[in-house]
Amino acid sequence: MSARYLELVCPAGTPAALRAAVDAGADAVYCGFRDCTNARNYPGLNFDPDELREGIAYAHGRGCRVLVAINTFPRAGDAGPWHRALDQAAAAGADAVILADIGVLDYATRHHPGLRRHLSVQASAANAPSIAFYRQHFDVRRVVLPRVLSVEDVAQLVAESGIETEVFAFGSVGPMSEGRCFLSSYLTGLSPTSEGACAPASHVAYLERDGRVLSSLGEVTLNSFARGEPAAYPTPCKGRYVTHGRASYLFEEPVALNAIGILPELKAAGVTALKIEGRQRGRAYVTHIVGTFRRVLDALARGDFPATALDELRGEAEGGRDTFGAYRKGWR
Amino acid sequence: MNGGARAQLTLGPLLFHWPAERRRDFYFRIADEAAVDTVYLGEVVCSKREPSFEPFFDAVVARLRAAGKDIVVSTLALVTSRREVARIRELAARGLLLEANDVATLQLLAGAPHVVGPHINVFNEGTRDFLVGCGARRIVVPVEMSAASIRVIAAGAAPAGVEVQVFGRQALSVAMRCYHARSHNLTKDHCQLVCGLDPDGLAASTIDGRPILTINGTQTLSRGYCVLLPELAGLRELGVTHLRLSPQAVDMVQVLRLYRDVLDDRRSAAEALQALRTVTGDIPYVNGFLHAREGLAWSEPPAARTTAQGAGVGAALRR
Repeated sequence: MSARYLELVCPAGTPAALRAAVDAGADAVYCGFRDCTNARNYPGLNFDPDELREGIAYAHGRGCRVLVAINTFPRAGDAGPWHRALDQAAAAGADAVILADIGVLDYATRHHPGLRRHLSVQASAANAPSIAFYRQHFDVRRVVLPRVLSVEDVAQLVAESGIETEVFAFGSVGPMSEGRCFLSSYLTGLSPTSEGACAPASHVAYLERDGRVLSSLGEVTLNSFARGEPAAYPTPCKGRYVTHGRASYLFEEPVALNAIGILPELKAAGVTALKIEGRQRGRAYVTHIVGTFRRVLDALARGDFPATALDELRGEAEGGRDTFGAYRKGWR
Repeated sequence: MNGGARAQLTLGPLLFHWPAERRRDFYFRIADEAAVDTVYLGEVVCSKREPSFEPFFDAVVARLRAAGKDIVVSTLALVTSRREVARIRELAARGLLLEANDVATLQLLAGAPHVVGPHINVFNEGTRDFLVGCGARRIVVPVEMSAASIRVIAAGAAPAGVEVQVFGRQALSVAMRCYHARSHNLTKDHCQLVCGLDPDGLAASTIDGRPILTINGTQTLSRGYCVLLPELAGLRELGVTHLRLSPQAVDMVQVLRLYRDVLDDRRSAAEALQALRTVTGDIPYVNGFLHAREGLAWSEPPAARTTAQGAGVGAALRR
């Protein structure tokens, strides 16, 4: 593919979102099958094999690549769905698969050697030796870096490992090392790692008490809101907890990652691709975010930087607030 | 109850940041008094804590060795800096068996024998087989694993062993950000090692007052201690070779004694459980993950399962 300023990799939670992302200027879209084999296994999302084939035809017809996320960890004794997903992604003509589990990577390497493999953020590879391990054994061509690294860390890692990297540029902030967080299963008994759903809707409740709305996951209260205040979804790492007698957003404030202001820094760090998070988001959101990034990236490629773009996306952030997250050292 | 060798008790790495002298004295007492086969040293949570214990490391190793304990050195769960990579290289060069908790350590060991720690995801037999091929001598399964999954992992693991945590708070996540520092309005880079103020971790409650989590630097753990005393015989039947007790700020020598007694049929699980309550005070217990429930759940052992006989336990775990 032609040399781009930064490749724009966009979420496709549904066939409609895939078309929206392609039309808005995505260089690549990523999606998953409608089952436990991907980390966004929520009702109403994802693709069956026919939809994937059609989506790939649509994208390829417009110069856009399709990456298939098969990035959960198979349950013991039940790798069948993951192997089938790999076989189906290969048969549908996917440009790459995004994998996390060592057993799945091993299967893909042996059965589909010609299918390009990316390492998912769920593998939590945050250092050069880890990347070398996945490269040496499974010929991984690209690593999606965990959302725990500063820009300086990213630059050092790219220089040291010399591999293509993809970093998160917009969407939710994951403060924990991903693929290794058991908070949601601690509260619900359902494993995001193997079932693909953190804070599954079946275990979420909102109830009123003393004039306030309490949000809970499992039987555990995670936050409270004034009536009429937008009540955020109760994800364990986004809840409020009490330490030293004081309630706070102990893990992360209700903010969204927005790296649009530091794209030149990420480019200078040697990053290959930007990832927009949000397979759970609708078509309008995808169109707006992808379109904005496309305009900004095209401007940067010409040597401009349109300052207005920053304000445009600020309104889209959760709670209207955004953050550079771990990219800035003060965050940690 | 199990055709294999005698069950091995292990003392997992100390996850909390104790003053170096307290840590040294703890291990000296373990060496002198504890019914434990293997002791894991080393720092899993935060590399900023490591230098303080270094002056005592050799003396602790010598004392444990002299007492006939096997030693494993655990390594960081999240490696992000070149300094941390260099530290793992240096530990590997000491010739001690390492526990890998980040894939980085697997790569640095380049096929040398090691233990795969609970922070590397071994959820299935495909991953297990690959890692055994890379030199894993033993696999500590992730805390989330149910008995049904452990059965599959253990069934084909030989010659590698399989280790399961049976006591102590369960590590639920690791992060780059330090929540201990954050709770004191500090950041990781200027943390003043405030994690050292809480030798058994910092309680975090829900906003309606339910203690639910424990903060330990960049790590988040369960509030309750995982206690799998009535399940010991069943775990042995599943093929588990090593049983891990994770150190808490309680009398670990006494805790180890209770577990060893149950394994050796010197005490019933019910008696041991009752005695354990007097050692651990009012800390709640959890066992949900093993029983395929939410991790914070505690299933009271039915009377039949509290006997020293393994049959009832095995049946319960097989469900």
